[in-house]
Amino acid sequence: MKILVVDDFSTMRRIVKNLLRDLGFTNTQEADDGLTALPMLQSGDFDFLVTDWNMPGMTGLDLLKHVRADDKLKTLPVLMVTAEAKRDQIVAAAQAGVNGYVVKPFTAAVLKEKIDKIFERVEG
Amino acid sequence: MAELQLDPHAPSFQQEMKALAEDLLQKIDGGDLGKVVGVVNNINEVRDRTLYDEIGKLTRGLHNAIKDIKSGDELSEDSGIDQASDKLAYVIEMTDKAANRTMDLAEEGMPLNLENLEGAIKLQEQWQKFLRKELKPNEFRELTKQIDAYLSQTQINSKKISSQLSDILMAQDFQDLTGQVIQRVTKLVAEVETRLVDLIAMAGEVDRITGISHGESDQTETPQEKDKKIIAEGPQIDTSLDGVVGGQDDVDDLLSSLGF
Repeated sequence: MKILVVDDFSTMRRIVKNLLRDLGFTNTQEADDGLTALPMLQSGDFDFLVTDWNMPGMTGLDLLKHVRADDKLKTLPVLMVTAEAKRDQIVAAAQAGVNGYVVKPFTAAVLKEKIDKIFERVEG
Repeated sequence: MAELQLDPHAPSFQQEMKALAEDLLQKIDGGDLGKVVGVVNNINEVRDRTLYDEIGKLTRGLHNAIKDIKSGDELSEDSGIDQASDKLAYVIEMTDKAANRTMDLAEEGMPLNLENLEGAIKLQEQWQKFLRKELKPNEFRELTKQIDAYLSQTQINSKKISSQLSDILMAQDFQDLTGQVIQRVTKLVAEVETRLVDLIAMAGEVDRITGISHGESDQTETPQEKDKKIIAEGPQIDTSLDGVVGGQDDVDDLLSSLGF
């Protein structure tokens, strides 16, 4: 399982990577916004994308839209981990095709639960 | 900060206008048109003078406001706003450093703790065997060596973990420093706001004298326009606001209502 973690803050990437490692996912790579993430996704064989929303360059929502519009990437499971906490925003992310939505600050248990749920659906 | 108060001894615009208006009525009643025109000229003069005064104050106020914001620190040529940006960049740097230091220490400590745990589990298995009298004499001799090694190693690990934990505590000292910096920036923002409010009050005086009124066309946004703009806003400080979720449970409820 190869995972791309996208967040503009290196500390948050590190936290997410640590949590993923604890959950048994050791093959992770990082990008600091949508613009750097998109080419990595297009050229790499990633199985899962964990992205923040609010980033310079390209936001996580735009990244999600690009992923869904790309024939090769459109089925990639995407989990959004973000501080954006307005109903309108969550609805917009859902409409754009997000697979899970975690609001910051979050716990390891919540992240695990959402990831498990996403893979249950994807595999089931 | 320089004050923008009016001269308290000067008669107000209203007082002057009132006196002149009364004078004007008297002159009209007196029937001397030449004097009436003279008073009208006086009225115009007072109005113009007041207008120039107010515009002068407004200009001076703007100048002072810019000067005040700039003079955050006499030793520096940077403006207060530049300094505030630098200060906030310092906050980001400090919090970033503290977060990474804390994570470094926690990551160093985790394997040590795991070593203690795994060692204890292994010893307990052997110990249970011993209690059940299942250990052969040579196995028992091996066990005593293992216990001895474990006791030494655990002490070393525990000491390291203790020092890592206290370093983690120390790494939180950023809160004090960043807190002070943020308080200063907050103060600057409040000062800028006060300045702007003063300027608006002065501009209002000019508007009143000239009879200018501003339309309110630029502030309304239709709900449809607002709906279209789904943009990143950063963390919501007040989760009691309308349309803001209170936490992960609300997010889950909302998503499940959308069929997730």
